[in-house]
Amino acid sequence: MLEIEIDGKQAQVPDGSTVMDAARQLGVYIPHFCYHKKLSIAANCRMCLVQIEKAPKPMPACATPVTNGMKVFTHSDLAVKAQKGVMEFLLINHPLDCPICDQGGECQLQDMSVGYGPMKSRYSEEKHVVFHKNVGPLISMEEMSRCIHCTRCVRFGQEIAGIMELGMANRNMHSEITTFLGRSVDSELSGNLIDLCPVGALTSKPFRYTARSWELQRRKSVSPHDSVGANLVVQVKHDNVMRVLPRENEAVNECWISDKERFSYQALNSDERLTRPMVKQGGEWREVDWNVALDYVAHGLKDVAREHGGDALAALAAQSCTVEELFLLNKIMRGLGSGNIDFRARQSDFSADGKRAGAPWLGLRLAEIQNLDAALVVGSFLRKDHPLIAQRLRQAAKKKTRVSLLSVTGDDQLIPLQQNVVVAPAQLAAALGAIVKAAAELKGVAAPAGLEAIMVDAASRAIAQSLVEGEKCAVFLGNVATQSAAATQLHALAQELARLTGATFGFLGEGANTVGAHVAGALPSGANARAMFEQPRKAYVLMGVEPEFDCANPQLALSALKQASLVVFMSAFKHAPALEYADVMLPIAPYTETSGTFVNTEGRIQSFNGVVKARGDARPAWKALRVLGNVLNLAGFAYETSEAVRDEALGQGNEFVAGLDNALNGVAIALPAAAEGLQRIADVPIHFADPLARRAPALQQTADAAAPSARLCEQTLSALGLTAGATVRVRQGQGEAVLPLKVDNAVPAGCLRVAAAHASTAGLGEMFGSISVERA
Amino acid sequence: MFAAQTLQKFAREVAKYPADQKQSAVMACLAHAQEEQGWLPTEAIEAVAGYLGMPPIAVWEVATFYNMYDLKPVGKYKITVCTNLPCALSGGYHAGEYLQQKLGIGYGETTPDGKFTLKEGECMGACGDAPVFIVNNRSMCSHMHPEQIDKLLEECK
Ligand code: SF4
Ligand code: FES
Ligand code: FES
Repeated sequence: MLEIEIDGKQAQVPDGSTVMDAARQLGVYIPHFCYHKKLSIAANCRMCLVQIEKAPKPMPACATPVTNGMKVFTHSDLAVKAQKGVMEFLLINHPLDCPICDQGGECQLQDMSVGYGPMKSRYSEEKHVVFHKNVGPLISMEEMSRCIHCTRCVRFGQEIAGIMELGMANRNMHSEITTFLGRSVDSELSGNLIDLCPVGALTSKPFRYTARSWELQRRKSVSPHDSVGANLVVQVKHDNVMRVLPRENEAVNECWISDKERFSYQALNSDERLTRPMVKQGGEWREVDWNVALDYVAHGLKDVAREHGGDALAALAAQSCTVEELFLLNKIMRGLGSGNIDFRARQSDFSADGKRAGAPWLGLRLAEIQNLDAALVVGSFLRKDHPLIAQRLRQAAKKKTRVSLLSVTGDDQLIPLQQNVVVAPAQLAAALGAIVKAAAELKGVAAPAGLEAIMVDAASRAIAQSLVEGEKCAVFLGNVATQSAAATQLHALAQELARLTGATFGFLGEGANTVGAHVAGALPSGANARAMFEQPRKAYVLMGVEPEFDCANPQLALSALKQASLVVFMSAFKHAPALEYADVMLPIAPYTETSGTFVNTEGRIQSFNGVVKARGDARPAWKALRVLGNVLNLAGFAYETSEAVRDEALGQGNEFVAGLDNALNGVAIALPAAAEGLQRIADVPIHFADPLARRAPALQQTADAAAPSARLCEQTLSALGLTAGATVRVRQGQGEAVLPLKVDNAVPAGCLRVAAAHASTAGLGEMFGSISVERA
Repeated sequence: MFAAQTLQKFAREVAKYPADQKQSAVMACLAHAQEEQGWLPTEAIEAVAGYLGMPPIAVWEVATFYNMYDLKPVGKYKITVCTNLPCALSGGYHAGEYLQQKLGIGYGETTPDGKFTLKEGECMGACGDAPVFIVNNRSMCSHMHPEQIDKLLEECK
């Protein structure tokens, strides 16, 4: 520890701290631009100059290491003179356009020029002009003359996003931030650049010129998009959501959010919003009042239950529904005598049901990722499924964590990897089995039964070794593993691997409230998400799901829905395809218009309030379900508040839910047979993954939202005798899609990558199943 | 995109650094690429990036930072005039103006016959010999007063 005195205040700081660190610890503010606590030190803006005793000249606080007994003055004449001097230099080339600058009111340069800037400019020469750039639909780089060359944006790309897309071209007064040849910025974390840029050079394109920052009310919320549950600030004007920013929470999202979380708000204001309950009568849709709609639903469900039994009813909810919604929906279904409720729409192997010891979760806290010695991620499109977990693993890998991947495509996760094993989906279990066997060999114990036929290769051994050697290690099962036809086997193998190596194991988690849905008990005692469509039911309740896009096998789901006599579609959107098969549409409030609770993948309970009034007649789903429960005359629906529902579902006042347990009991290892013929690999592209992202225009213009193509490696291409660039017809069962064929050597041999969750591929079947392809 | 010979030179540069620090060879590789191509088209910059496993923008930063790299085709003789302070105090500006007037082009331009390109350069570490030029990044010319300039242009055939 080192002693330091700043402006007369004493502190003790760890060795290696900078003066800036010490000042932050003491709560002393030192003006700065280029310094950012999550980025490397650049020390190029010089705004943080301070006086240090015995130093002959002012020193940059952000880059000056503390020495024992150091005395620092941040407000002495020398320091202030230096800071003012730097400020004057920074303003020399800065345009005087604050009145028309989107950053106005939240600009560090503006604030600091009030504090340190001269009243009048002494500079009468020509100002430097930097041309605007177009880097895609999310970030506006229209006024690059505002840039003060702090390089935060460059360092963010290199260090946090893991991909350097912006750079500083040229030298001295000609320096400018640009992409290579005007390419777009495509990182799924790119929106954070807008927050990082201390001036108005990088601003939000969708938000541009729609409001001034001081007109906005800041309200807290929680992201509905992925299992991290990023904390958000939703900014509101006249009951409209104007933009979404990260709310710093070091334990959850640090200070970042993904682009999906930042820009999906556009969908909230879209014309596709469902604003009135609707009932289909005689083939015609009619807008009705809530009581009419709920009466209709109650009668419909009751009639089916009376005539055909509760088993003729089924309910499927999205994993982004709140605990309260899932809990009440479950209660209604049970009340009607049906155990057919599920939220795992993309899952296809349910054989673990009844064998799990508790709710599957990450296995550790998110913040513990940085302390891991080794980590293995199995079956995941990591960056796109879990941008912020990928980011944590990226930082961890740069420090000490040996990260390995076992997945179904070689997509670049922008993480320094120890091993990267790519296999066809049907081989995933065998490949994980090889790592298990290698771990057993390294430990000198017998490999679990069922792995006799497996060969251990060098990569498996290296992965096993990293897990055996490390003290704190983890095995994570990603969405592909959860959605795999061998999900239970993968679960059992991960458990074995964890047992053998002493690692923890867990699930990255598919949705914002996957853990919450488990804990709220929205799990089937009857038909699961697959069986409810395989054996068609008479009536369905769909809450927040769009089956064409969200089901493991949309074909199957749609044919069941089309034959049903009653389909209740609860959604924030007037989802066009549902107009065909639904009978009732209930406008429910999206996350910004309802109170509720998400439980993230580490089991953290995060409740939030609505931030704006519900659109039109939309209502929080928990309220609609409560009224429905009452109309149905079911007992126990007297809740006054969503908190009351939550407390019944989760207990009171906890930070983390109880009942988290990844253990799987009574599953013997039996590797699935190798698959025959061409196999489909379906990713769920980040901006097609949920109803909000699907309707956010800016997100839909990004590279990540490009329409799906059929992708395969050169080897498979020539084996099939096809030509790249051709238009092909791919088929699964009765369904087909016509797509451009592209070569992508990250796809393993014998596989065809065709994304799910898009209109062009909604007619297809299983995400990971046989597929055929022919010239169109 | 590069000739086998150039690739060999790349390999020799890369071999000078630890395997995980290939990017240290970026300046040398760009120089070899420019030698082969006469200048640095963007394709060459991207190819060097690919060779060194660097993001193209990072190579672009280097290529745009240093004067010796030509991002546009240049004439047979590229004359770079030092216009930094020490030279400027000893006639550097005048030497540059004289040269411009003789060649009928400004800085950053090439004569219509494709023979000469004129560039402004930074201190070449030979301030005592001011004014200073460098021709084709290689040959230094000291004390460039009008007679010397005339002579230099004579020699450039
Ligand atoms: S664009 Fe913004 S973040 Fe990037 S260097 Fe300029 S001022 Fe800094
Ligand atoms: S904050 Fe220290 S130099 Fe920029
Ligand atoms: S200033 Fe011209 S060589 Fe140094």
